Amino acid sequence: MKPLVLSGKARAVEGAGAAGRRVVRLVAPATRQPGPSDATLLKSTADFEAASQPLSIVISGQPSPLTIRLGEEFGYLQIGDVIGVHLPSGRVRTLYRRASRHNTFLTTERCNHYCLMCSQPPKNVDDSWILDEIAKALPLVDPATRSIGFTGGEPLLDWRRIVELIAQARDLLPDTALHVLSNGRGFASTEIADAWAATGHPNLTVGIPIYAAVDCLHDYVVQARGAFDETVLGILRLKERRQRVEVRVVLHSITAPRIVETAAWMARNLPFVDHVALMGLENTGFAIANDALLWIDPVDYRDELARAVDILSAARVRTSIYNLPYCVLAPRVWRFAVQSISDWKNAYLPQCERCAAKSSCAGFFSTGRPKQSRAIEPLQEFDLL
Amino acid sequence: MARFQPADAFRVKRDDLELLPFRFERLAADRFVVSNVVGDMATLSGVDLRRLSNLDLDPSEPLYALAAEKLLVRRKDSPVILQLLALRLRSRMGFLQHPSQLHILVVTLRCEHSCPYCQVSRRSVDRELYDMSFATALRAVDVALSSPSEHLKLEFQGGEPLLNFDLIRQVVPVARERSIAAGKTVQFVITSNLALLTDEILDFCKVNEILLSTSLDGPADLHNRNRPRPGGNSHALAVEGIRRAQELLGADRVGALMTTTQASLNRVEDIVDEYLRLGLDGIFLRPLSPYGFAVKTKQFYKYDGRVWLDFYERGLRYILEINKQGRHFPEFYTSLLMRRMLTDRPTGYVDLRSPAGIGLGALVYNYDGKVFASDEGRMLAEMGDRTFELGNLSSDDYASLILSDRLIDLVDQSLTQCAPQCSTCAFEPLCGADPVYHHATQGDPVGIKPLSEFCARQKGIMTLLVRLLEESPEDAAILRRWAR
Repeated sequence: MKPLVLSGKARAVEGAGAAGRRVVRLVAPATRQPGPSDATLLKSTADFEAASQPLSIVISGQPSPLTIRLGEEFGYLQIGDVIGVHLPSGRVRTLYRRASRHNTFLTTERCNHYCLMCSQPPKNVDDSWILDEIAKALPLVDPATRSIGFTGGEPLLDWRRIVELIAQARDLLPDTALHVLSNGRGFASTEIADAWAATGHPNLTVGIPIYAAVDCLHDYVVQARGAFDETVLGILRLKERRQRVEVRVVLHSITAPRIVETAAWMARNLPFVDHVALMGLENTGFAIANDALLWIDPVDYRDELARAVDILSAARVRTSIYNLPYCVLAPRVWRFAVQSISDWKNAYLPQCERCAAKSSCAGFFSTGRPKQSRAIEPLQEFDLL
Repeated sequence: MARFQPADAFRVKRDDLELLPFRFERLAADRFVVSNVVGDMATLSGVDLRRLSNLDLDPSEPLYALAAEKLLVRRKDSPVILQLLALRLRSRMGFLQHPSQLHILVVTLRCEHSCPYCQVSRRSVDRELYDMSFATALRAVDVALSSPSEHLKLEFQGGEPLLNFDLIRQVVPVARERSIAAGKTVQFVITSNLALLTDEILDFCKVNEILLSTSLDGPADLHNRNRPRPGGNSHALAVEGIRRAQELLGADRVGALMTTTQASLNRVEDIVDEYLRLGLDGIFLRPLSPYGFAVKTKQFYKYDGRVWLDFYERGLRYILEINKQGRHFPEFYTSLLMRRMLTDRPTGYVDLRSPAGIGLGALVYNYDGKVFASDEGRMLAEMGDRTFELGNLSSDDYASLILSDRLIDLVDQSLTQCAPQCSTCAFEPLCGADPVYHHATQGDPVGIKPLSEFCARQKGIMTLLVRLLEESPEDAAILRRWAR
């Protein structure tokens, strides 16, 4: 149970003038007239399995081509994928996999929250190069891609650049849905909310977390005073501008015990949001550090989660359950459960092979230190009501 | 490594809190329901209610969490809670943006039934005296179309409107034509006992997408006792009419309403079963209203509100059991209240709004051209009380009717938001002003609420619903679905 390696180090970078960062799209060796951002992917399956010749990427250029030799952990790379390379260090990041349904661009590691269960712990560094990289990557993304995501960190910390990227995506990828994860506080500013709406992106959604309807509880989870107020205000400003908003609740031992009340509050106060996702915890990043504080076996909030879904769906709020396998859920809410975990970190357990529901089950995270519910067991019969 | 702050570091300070407007009502010896201005509700013990009122809250305890979730308190420096309350209140009041959607044309006062509880009908067959003329009907259509609403409902009522079906047949195409010219849509409804339903009438309804609304008081013996007609076959004809309409127009194109009489009181299961048997999509357990012949024949005084509440509760519990067996079958009044209780969507139902629905929600055009603020107001006029008569189609237009001093005074006086007893009632956000009822029973549009049967009934129903929501998860799940 291991996630795909999306970020790692090249075995070697060969060639003169290997300076700076490059973002390239991988093309087949026979490609005629490769574009300036195209790089040839050399990948002989037979050779690769024998490990006699590592995977290589050749970037043509002057005075001589650059050859980046990758380890087998990058063996999943395919024609049409996009990677970013920091040439001096040999750091390689897979930015886009054409065959995947889950392409998410990290926009920054900076954040004004410090969530107890953050899966992507923030760093206080200038990482604006990441935005440059995305700007270079977007033109290389296949326009037939159904959806892409922007995540962080908090993308709105550099909101002008994010808005530019959204506009760029709108023009380059008009048929690609764009989903942005933000804590939403920035939208409390009408200037930012206006700029966001002014992009006119035809299929833009922002996913915003609300962990409780009690201000101090939410603020505690995100470790930022005043966050609840700004986030709720941000959502109101966005909906006032007819922008799509998804609300996300991560379930752990602080949020799960009040999920019924939180859902009832949302049903009354934010029934106009476009989607609510009630999400199982990804046990990685800060969630590991705070394990003793946060862990709750999902089966121990199974009834509360089902009641929360009842309340939201009765209020006609589109609702989904993310990241939780069917066997820990009440059968009546199975139809709300979604295969939400990104393919590169999605896995199943050996006993899942005997389960009738595996093909549509969310499965598990392979990242971090996965913890399993005591309720996990193969389902003999599976029928979505 | 990360340094996380403990929960205490984010706690609101007690001094920073303030109360938001809320009201409370005793449910039981030590149980109170508390509600804010948009009807968010919680139940509390007496001690907790006192502590909440005194802001004697420790933000680390569940009572604070509850108060925050139900928008009963806020941090003084937090504007967002006020924004939520404001936008929700605006949504609840949204019905004011679509005034006068319902227009009732009393096409005749004649009827072949002689129901003792009937409020208005005439058995006379004198066409000249009691039928609406085509000219009057056209004038009513024009007034209706000059109201601001874009989606109108024109309801043909009686008496028995099918006794003047010729008029309906003439009016519908003209109303349709004029509504298209005005850029509006019109939904037609015929409220009939269906005894005179013919294939020709059904065809007309199909072509014009007309809805049928009828009366069904329960099984044959009860229905026929309540609704006598020559031949004693009211039930058989109504059932046959419902079946034919369901078949020809569609199951969702015909609805039925029941009226509760003393004979109904121990028969609620039979009544519900009859509705189920006929494949109707729900039932409206209605109280008897104090108008028309119902008062003259002393029907209204035959049972008091408490007895009716028992009837309602027994019926509701029976209906909930039916729903638990998997059949979606709401009690419609409960559905309306659940919508008021669980959502902020505005309800158009005229008895559950304040400002009152008289005139602003519906206008009634009587056969003779007189215009009333509500159907009940027309019935009072038949008894000689013209309080709710707004004018006459021969001389008034929409503006003069709706802006008449008479209507404005009645609406203005009866606002629950400031009426005595209403303004302090925990159920006010769910309830409505009923100036016609209070005028009829107490001679005053506001009324003394502790003496009001309407108030007792509303409080009784709402208390029951709050209890079901709190105490019975299985019932609550069904009630929530009814609110959709």
